[in-house]
Amino acid sequence: MNEQKIILDVKNLSVQFKTLHGLVKAVNDISFDLKKGETLGILGESGSGKSVTVSAILGLLEMPPAEITGNIYFDTINLTKISPKEMQTLRGKRISLIHQDPVSSLNPLLTVGYQLCEMLKVHQPGLSQSDAKKKAIELMEKVKIPSAKERIKSYPFELSGGMCQRILIALAISLEPDILIADEPTTALDVTVQSQIMDLLQELKSYSNMSMILITHDIGLVAENTTETLVMYAGKIFEKGPTEKIISNPNHPYTQGLIDSIPRDQKKGEKLFVIEGSPPVLTKMPKGCPFHTRCKMKKEICVNETPLLKQSNDSRLSACHFS
Amino acid sequence: MVIENNNSNEARERKIKFTHYLWALIKEPYVFVAVLFLIILIFAAIFADLIVAYDPLRPNILSARLTPFSESKGMGGVANFHLLGTDALGRDMLTRLIYGARVSVSVGVLAVTIAGTIGTILGLIAGYYGRMTESIIMRTVDGFMAIPSLFIALFVLFVLGGGLLNMILILAFVRWVVFTRLVRGITISLKETSFIEAARAIGASDSRIIFKHILPHLISPLLVLATLEVALLILAEAGLSFLGLGLEPPQPSWGLMVARGREYIREAPWMIILPGLSIFLTTLSLNLVANWLRTITDPVQRWRWLI
Amino acid sequence: MKKLFSNFLFRRFIGSLLMLFIVMSIVFIVGRQIGDPARMYLQMVGSEDDVRLVRERMGLEDPIHIQYKRFVRGMITLDFGDTFRFGASHPLMQRPKEHRGEADNLATLPLAADRLPATLFLCAVSIIFSVAVSIPLGMFAAMRPRTLGDKIINVLTLAGVSIVEYWFAFMLIIIFAVTLGWFPTSGYGTFSHVFLPAFALSLRAIGRITQLTRSSLLDELSKPYVRAARGRGIPVYRIAFIHVLRNASIPIVTTIGDETINILTGVIIIESVFAWPGIGALTVDALKLRDLPLIEATIFLLIVMVLLVNFTVDLMYYFLNPRANTTGK
Repeated sequence: MNEQKIILDVKNLSVQFKTLHGLVKAVNDISFDLKKGETLGILGESGSGKSVTVSAILGLLEMPPAEITGNIYFDTINLTKISPKEMQTLRGKRISLIHQDPVSSLNPLLTVGYQLCEMLKVHQPGLSQSDAKKKAIELMEKVKIPSAKERIKSYPFELSGGMCQRILIALAISLEPDILIADEPTTALDVTVQSQIMDLLQELKSYSNMSMILITHDIGLVAENTTETLVMYAGKIFEKGPTEKIISNPNHPYTQGLIDSIPRDQKKGEKLFVIEGSPPVLTKMPKGCPFHTRCKMKKEICVNETPLLKQSNDSRLSACHFS
Repeated sequence: MVIENNNSNEARERKIKFTHYLWALIKEPYVFVAVLFLIILIFAAIFADLIVAYDPLRPNILSARLTPFSESKGMGGVANFHLLGTDALGRDMLTRLIYGARVSVSVGVLAVTIAGTIGTILGLIAGYYGRMTESIIMRTVDGFMAIPSLFIALFVLFVLGGGLLNMILILAFVRWVVFTRLVRGITISLKETSFIEAARAIGASDSRIIFKHILPHLISPLLVLATLEVALLILAEAGLSFLGLGLEPPQPSWGLMVARGREYIREAPWMIILPGLSIFLTTLSLNLVANWLRTITDPVQRWRWLI
Repeated sequence: MKKLFSNFLFRRFIGSLLMLFIVMSIVFIVGRQIGDPARMYLQMVGSEDDVRLVRERMGLEDPIHIQYKRFVRGMITLDFGDTFRFGASHPLMQRPKEHRGEADNLATLPLAADRLPATLFLCAVSIIFSVAVSIPLGMFAAMRPRTLGDKIINVLTLAGVSIVEYWFAFMLIIIFAVTLGWFPTSGYGTFSHVFLPAFALSLRAIGRITQLTRSSLLDELSKPYVRAARGRGIPVYRIAFIHVLRNASIPIVTTIGDETINILTGVIIIESVFAWPGIGALTVDALKLRDLPLIEATIFLLIVMVLLVNFTVDLMYYFLNPRANTTGK
C-alpha cells in the first residue's frame, strides 16, 4: 500500500458551546486524518458539525462560548495548543479556506486586485507593490479569469458568482498551502459553473500535490471528487472510508438513506424517498445512537448504547450496531 | 385580557406575547425604572391640579429664593414645606416643575401625534403609489431635510409669536418629514414582497392591503421613532422657550425656568439645576425606552429576553 | 471619470444655490407678508403713524414685487439692507420725533459676516474634538461588545444624547467656572475661553457619533467578508482599520455631517450663554430686538454653512462609495 504522509491528524476533537439553552455539543469526539495529496470529503446535512470542525481546525472559533477538547496535529504542530498569533500566520499560508458565498466573502469596497495583493504582502513582508501586482495577475490567470490585467481593477460586485469564487480560490492558493479546505464551494453557484469550479480545483490540486478537504451535503460532488469520505451527523462520524466503497455499498443506515434520497428515475406521481424526521436538537440529544429516532433498523440496543466507530470490513469504519 | 378570536391557538399566542413583554421589561431594571418614571410624569402632568399644594403662578416675595427642603410662612401662620425650594418670586419649585411637565408632555405628545399622523399618511401614499406622487412628496421632504428644523421653527415662531399652540403646530410642521421618510422606506420594501403581490393577485383593494398588510409592520418602528421624537421635541421646546420664542412667562415651562434661573446662578442655583434635570431625566427615560423597544421588536434580538 | 466628477460637482452646486434661493424667498415671504416687520420691531408700542413711518423708511410700503426684486438683487450682491437699529433699546426713546424710524446705517451682512470667524472657530473645535473622542470610543466598544467597558460607554452616550445643551453649559459654568474657578465664565480670547463652550456643544455629537460608530462597526464585523479575511490569515488590526472602518465609514460620515449641523444649530444658544461673539449670539440679540433684516442676514449665513456641510458630506460619499460612481447611469 502506498504509505502517504499524514498531514492533518484530528484526534478526539470535541467542540461544545455554552448557550442560554444549555450545552451544545456541536462536534462530539471525532477523529480522522488527511494524507498528503488526498481529497477528503465531509458529507453531512446542516447542523452535522462539519463547518464547526473546520472552524476549529483554523482557530476561527470564539473561545469563551466555544470549548475545544482533543488535539489537531498539522504536520508537527498541535493547532489546539498554539497562540492566536501563530495560528494567524498559518492561515492562508499553509491551510486555507474557501467559503460558500463567494460574493459576500470579498470586501465590496476594495478591488479584487487590492485584496489579492494584500494577501501576498501580508504573508510575505518585503514584497514590493509591483511584484505583488504581477503575482496577482498570474494568479488570476491561473484560475482562468479572462482579461486578468483589466479585471484586477474590478470590484466584487462587478463580477459574477463564478468569477468571485475563482478569485477566492486564487486567494486561497496564492501562497501554495498544504491544505485547502472548501466549505460548500459550489452551493451558491449554477450547476454549469459548479463543474467548472470543481475541475479547476482538481487541476490546481494536482499541480502542487495539495491536500483538499471538501465539505458538502451533495453526494454527487463527493462521489466525483474525493478519495476518502467522512459521513457526519449530529457532531459524530457515522462512517469513514474510501469514497467509492461508501457510496456503492454503505454500511450505515444514514448513509444508505442519503443515497436513497437522490432522485433517480422515479415515475411521475411516485413519492420521492425521504429520511423521516429531522436532525436532533443539539441541546437535547437522545441517548444512545443519535440517529435512532429516524432509523429504520432501530432496535432496543440503539436506544441505550452509543455505537462506537469500529472497523467493519476492508478499510472502513462505521458507527452502527449492525454494520 | 379578553380576546375574541375564533382561533384559540392564536389567542393564546397573543396573550403570551404581552406578558412576555412585561417580563422582558422587568429583566432590564434601568428601562423599567425609566418606564415608571414616564408613567408618573404623565400622571403628574394630567392630574397636576389635583396633586399640587401651591399655586404655580402667584408670587410671594417673602418666600423668594428658598433652598430646597426649607419652610416658609404661609397664610395664617401655617408652615409651608418646599421640597425643592422656591424661585425668584417665591413660587414653589416643585409645583412649577409639575406644571412644566404638563407643558413639555403636551408639546411632545401632541406635536409628535400630529407630525406622525401626517407623516405616516404621506409616507404610505408616497411609498405605495410611487411615481409622480412619490416624487413630489419626497422632493418636499428633501427640501425640509436640507435645512435644520430648528432654524425653520425659530424663524417662524419669531414671526408668528410664541405660545403653546403655535409651538405645537410649528414643531409638528417641521418634523413630519422624518416620519414620511421612514414609512415610505418600509412601504417600498414591503411592496415588493411576495405576500403583497399575492394579496393583490387575489384582488384585495389598495386600502385593504395598506391597512391590513402594511400598517402592522409599521407599528414598532413608528413607536420607536415617535418615542425618540418626543424626546427631541421636548429638548426643542426647552431651547425655543429659552430664546423667548415659546411660552410667555409667568407660564411655567422647563425651558423658561432655565432661562430665568440664569440670573440667579450664584445665589439660587437650584432654580436652574432642577428644571434642567427634569428635562434630562425625561429625555433620558424616553431614549432608554426607545432603545429597548428597538431591540425587543427586532426578531433577531428578541430571543434574548423572551425565552 | 473626470467628466463624471465635474458633472457631479456642478449639479450639486447648482442644487445648493437653488435651495438657498428658495429658502430665502420663503424667509422673505414669511417675514414680510405674514408678519409685520415694523410692528414687530416697535413691539406693539407706538402709534399708527410711527408704524407707517418705519414702514416707509424700510421700503415696506412698496408693492410686494418691488420689495422682492430688491430683496433678490440684494441677495445676489450680498446686500441685505441695513439693520433697523442695532444696539439701541427702543427707538421711540432715542430719537426726536422727526427722525423716528430712520435706520442706522449699519449694513447687515458685513455685520454678521464679521462674526463668522468666531463661530467657525468654535464649531471647528467642537467637531474635531467630538470626532477625535467618538471614533476611538466607538471602536473600543465595538471590539468588546457586552463587556463592562461597552456598557459604560453605552450609558454615557445615552446620557450625552439626552442632555439639554444649554443647561449642561450652565452646569459646567457652575461647577468649573464659579465653584472651581478653572475657566472663565464667558468671553473670547484664550484657550481657556473656548474650552467650556466647545465641550458643551460637543456632548451630544460625541454621544451620537460614538453610538453610531459602535453599531456600524458591529454590523460590519458580522459580515461574511470579515470572517473570510480572518480565514485568510489577515491580521486583526488590519481588518479593523482598513477593511471594516472603511466600509462602516459611510454611515459614520453621514452622522458626523448631521451632528455638525446640530452643532451649528446649538451654537446659537451656547454662544449666547458664554457671550461668545459669534453669529449665534448675534441671532439671539437680533431676535430680542426684533430686527428683521439682521435676522435675515444671519439666517442666510447659517444656511450657507449648512448647505456647505451637506455638500461636503455628499462629496465624501462620492469618494467612499465606488458603487455609486460606476453605476452612473
